[in-house]
Formats: sequence, structure tokens, C-alpha cells
Amino acid sequence: MSGTAQVTPAAELYAQREKRLLDAIELRQPDRLPTILFSHFWVARYAGMSFRDAMYDYEGLAAAMRKAVTELQPDGFHPVHPMIAIGPAMEILDYKQLEWPGHNGLSENVPFQYLDRQYMEVAEYDEYLLDPTGFVLHKYLPRVAGAFEPLAQLPSYPTTLHTRIVQSMEAYARPEVRGALEKLIKAGEEVQKMRGTLSRLNQQLKELGFPCMNHGTSHAPFDVASDYLRGSKGAMLDLFRNKDRLVAVMDRLVAMLPKTAIATAQATGGNMLFIPLHWGLDGFMSPKQFSTFYWPQFQKVLLALIEAGLYPHVLWEGDCTSRLDVIKDIPKGKCVYFFERTDMFKAKQALRDQVCIRGNVPASMLIAGTPDEVRAYCKKLFDVVGEGGGLILDASVGIPDEAKPENVQAMFEYAKQCVY
Amino acid sequence: MEEKSKQLVQLIADMQEEDAVQLARQMLDSGYDAVTLLGHCREAMELVGKRYEEGEYFLPELMLAGEMLTAIGDMAKPLIKQDPSKAKEGAKVIIGTVHGDLHDIGKNIVTFMLEINGFQVIDLGIDVPAAVFVDSIKTHQAKVVGLSGFLTLAFDSMKNTVETIKAAGLRDNLKIMIGGGQVDDAVRTYTGADAFGLNAMEAVSLCKKWIAA
Repeated sequence: MSGTAQVTPAAELYAQREKRLLDAIELRQPDRLPTILFSHFWVARYAGMSFRDAMYDYEGLAAAMRKAVTELQPDGFHPVHPMIAIGPAMEILDYKQLEWPGHNGLSENVPFQYLDRQYMEVAEYDEYLLDPTGFVLHKYLPRVAGAFEPLAQLPSYPTTLHTRIVQSMEAYARPEVRGALEKLIKAGEEVQKMRGTLSRLNQQLKELGFPCMNHGTSHAPFDVASDYLRGSKGAMLDLFRNKDRLVAVMDRLVAMLPKTAIATAQATGGNMLFIPLHWGLDGFMSPKQFSTFYWPQFQKVLLALIEAGLYPHVLWEGDCTSRLDVIKDIPKGKCVYFFERTDMFKAKQALRDQVCIRGNVPASMLIAGTPDEVRAYCKKLFDVVGEGGGLILDASVGIPDEAKPENVQAMFEYAKQCVY
Repeated sequence: MEEKSKQLVQLIADMQEEDAVQLARQMLDSGYDAVTLLGHCREAMELVGKRYEEGEYFLPELMLAGEMLTAIGDMAKPLIKQDPSKAKEGAKVIIGTVHGDLHDIGKNIVTFMLEINGFQVIDLGIDVPAAVFVDSIKTHQAKVVGLSGFLTLAFDSMKNTVETIKAAGLRDNLKIMIGGGQVDDAVRTYTGADAFGLNAMEAVSLCKKWIAA
């Protein structure tokens, strides 16, 4: 470093950033406060792209992501393509679980929104328990996307065996099934194209020195039952009306969810998992319901993922302050709890020897506040929650779509001054 | 019968859905006055609301209580001969999820809690344009409007709704409360609302305070 410009090579920066994040996660004191860039549509907005274009233009979104990462210089980034660059495939599939910008009359600059509906009826619990794959193939998929409707005609394979397997091929030649398969291939080609862009982008960002901090997603069993199967109302009522079957479905999910997440992470060669939680927060369920129907099942999923060498980043949406004493029962330094409105200072007290904390510059501050307010909040987080390490700075649920650029810049710049 | 009516209140309040609905059916079949029976349901709902406020009950219990009320109401209402328009109406509160946002759980819980506290809630649904709030305020002459939103896009939508209400000349005698998702005091200032709430009880307290004033 004598005389010439002090330019740290990208490979060295990559190693430094990765170490900084791993030190925080594994509860060693890093050299300074690490950050992760996690957003949905903010990166698109920052680059002047419409939300609709972000969902349809793979290369445009990659350029937007490159701009945000190179300008903000986070220690790691969470890829946006898998979450949002899915417009073309959804259109081909006639996908029905989301409303998205520029589709069905929605304006071009609103985020997509999940439609909370009952996708599995009470009467279908037993069918799911008997054969989850059969239920999903024949009933669930046809409900969530028009292109899957003809799949209801496919044979039930556990009982279609030997030469009946050959006989069953007839179903695939029916015009409607043929049509469905053609759509699935087209949708698959779109996803491959998107993933090609994503993989080139990740490689470019790696060469620029930025580690990717997400290699897959998983869920809490109750959230799968609620969000994706029974709908929020159905799942809440099932806590009284069908609790045994609800628990039985969650037990199946405890066994199935880690397998999928581990396989996805292995395919990408990474070890960081994102787990957004929806229904376990304070005010939604009672502490008793949480300790009966939410945490025990989710804890088993977490333990299986940790056992496989993965680092779950659990996004505890809403306020989970009353859950802290329960959720601290997890192996030390093996996962990250990402908090939205949980009292961060109480979280530090409860989790300091156990779990790395991530978060939580409030959305309201990033949208309506000033850079000074953002810096003051980050300082408080670093001084109290960051004490001794164990903190990754982020916004409360990632950067909100409407955040002012100067506020986001202030957050990432300030972290670089937070030296241990 | 008095014993049975007490039992009905307890069964509903204790979340014994099957027994509660069955007992209500028996009471109605044996000629029990439907209006009085619905009065017991209201009494039970007050208990449910109280337990929610005290942190004993949460959303699943409110959801189940709502189901029991609907089931018993569906049995009782056809037996009521009096003109429903003569029923006493509480103070009006307009509520809706603002334009662009499709979430409704928070809004529905606030509606439920306001109704069991005697307010007449005009629920405009989800993705409600500012002009629809304005029309509803004019039609119903309500003193309180509640704007709900889960997504951060709701901040601008709430701000626009408050401004549209103001531009229509309706802001002066109106109180506006906001809630949902990441709403906090900074969002209240940003949107120009009068107050924000973190849960349904706060919405009830605000309405009681404002409407009594």
C-alpha cells in the first residue's frame, strides 16, 4: 500500500464483507457494523423504472440492482429477481394468487399483493394428509393458476403402477393437457431466462466484491397452512374447529419444508436462507397459541436447517417483543432474527448471547423522515443493539418501495462509520 | 330460561362454538324471544371485547366470536317481526383500506371491535379511492373516518385521502384516525391524520373520545 492509490481488490473486499457478516451472525465482534441491501421495488424506483417494468424487464432490473449495490456499497445483498421478475411467467400461467402492477387494471407503480383466500377447504384436510403431492397436483395447482387446470386429469401415481403407468400416458395426449404442458414449457423458458440474467448479475456483483446473502426461502408451518392453504380466517378458526388436523398438516410440513429449502440452497451453492413470518406476531395469536401451534413446529424447521449448515434469516414481521423469551431457544450464533417493530433494545437483552439481530430502521422514517433522523436512529441501534457485535443494519422489512434515496444513502453511509 | 340465557352468554364468551349455537337453536325452538336472545349475544360480545382488551383473547377468538354471532343471528333474525329500521343506531364511523392496498384483516378487526362497542360502522372495503371516502362522509355525516393500510404505499394514499377530504371542505368537523402495518406517529404527521392506533382497542378509545366530545 505504499505510494499508489489504495484500491482494495474486489476479491479482498468480498472476503472482508463476507467475514464481517459471518462475524455478526456467529456473534463475534466484526470490524464494523455490517449491512445487507434488501428491497423489493425500491431498487427499480431508484433507477427510474416502473414497478411493472421491474416485473417484466430482467436486464433492466439487473441494471437497477447493479446501480443500487455499487452506489450503496452494502456488505451483502438479497437478490430481487426471484421475488419480482416473474411477470411474464405469471401471465403465461394465468397465475391467480397475486395482483401485480399493470395487470388486471392495477396501476403500473404499485407493488404486487398476495390474495389471502381459502385455497384448501376444510373437507380437503384428509386428502392433503393422505397424499400431499396428489392434492397439490390435482386440486391446488389448478386453483392457483389457469394453466394448471388440466393437470386435474393426470393419473394418481401411487396407485397407477406397472403397465398402468404406460396406459396412463393417454392423459398427456389429450388436447387440454397438451395445451397445459405447452404453457408450462413456455413459463419455464421465461423463468430460465430470468435466472440466466440473475446468475450473470450475481457473478458480476461477486466480481465487484459483493456477497449474495440469500440462497433460498422457507416458511413456518403455521404460515404455510394459513397463507397458502386455509387462508388466514380459515387457519384461525381451525385453531378451535380442526386443531388436530391442522397440527397433523403442520407435522407433515415440518418434515417436508427443510428438504426443499436445503435442496434449493445446495443447488445455488450458498447457505443463507430467508424466512419471512406472517402470523406469529404479538396481538395476532395468544402466547399460548404461539407456544402450541407456531413455535414448536417452526423451531423444528429451524433446527433441521441449521443442522444442514444453513443460516436462516428469520424476518419476524410486526412486533414480537412478547415472544423473545420463547424464540431465544435456538443454537447459538446459527441464525439471524430480523425484526420489524419488535423492541430492539429488549431483543438485545434477551438474545445477546444467542442470536444475531437484523433491522430495523422504520419504514416511516425512510419514507417521511430526514437523513439526520436516520443517522440518529442508526447510531442508537449501533450503540445499544450493536454492542459487542451481533447486529446487521437493515430497514425494518427491507427498504420500503417509497423510501427517499437520501435516507437510504444515509443509512448505508452511516454504517461504514460504525467501527468497533 | 334466565339460567339458559346466562349459559348462552358464557358459552359464547368462552368460545364453545358448537354448544353455544346448539343452545341458541334450542332456546329459539322453544319460543324464546329472538330480540332478547340477540341482546344476550351482544352481552357475550362485550365480554369477548373485554377479554381482548385485557390481552386474554387475540384475533382467532375475535374471528370465532364473529362466526358465532353470524350463525346465531342467521337463526334469530327471520323470527324478528319488528321493523329493523327502528333499531337504535350508534354513532357513525366510516372505515376503509385506502386506495392501492388490498389488505383487510386489520380493518375487519377494528370494525368488529367498534360494532361491539355500539358504533355503527360504514365499511367501504379495500382499495377505496379518496373520492369514495368523500362521498361517504357527505352521505352519512360521520364525525370519524378510519383509514387502514398494510403496505407502505398506503402512506401516500392516506395523505392523498386526507388532502382530498380537506379540499372537499369536510375536514374541519371530522376526526381521522389511521392504522395498520407500519403506521406510526411519523406517518400520522406525514398524512395529516389526527391520530394513529396500533390495535383495535386504540381505535375504539379514539372514537369514544371524539364522539363523546
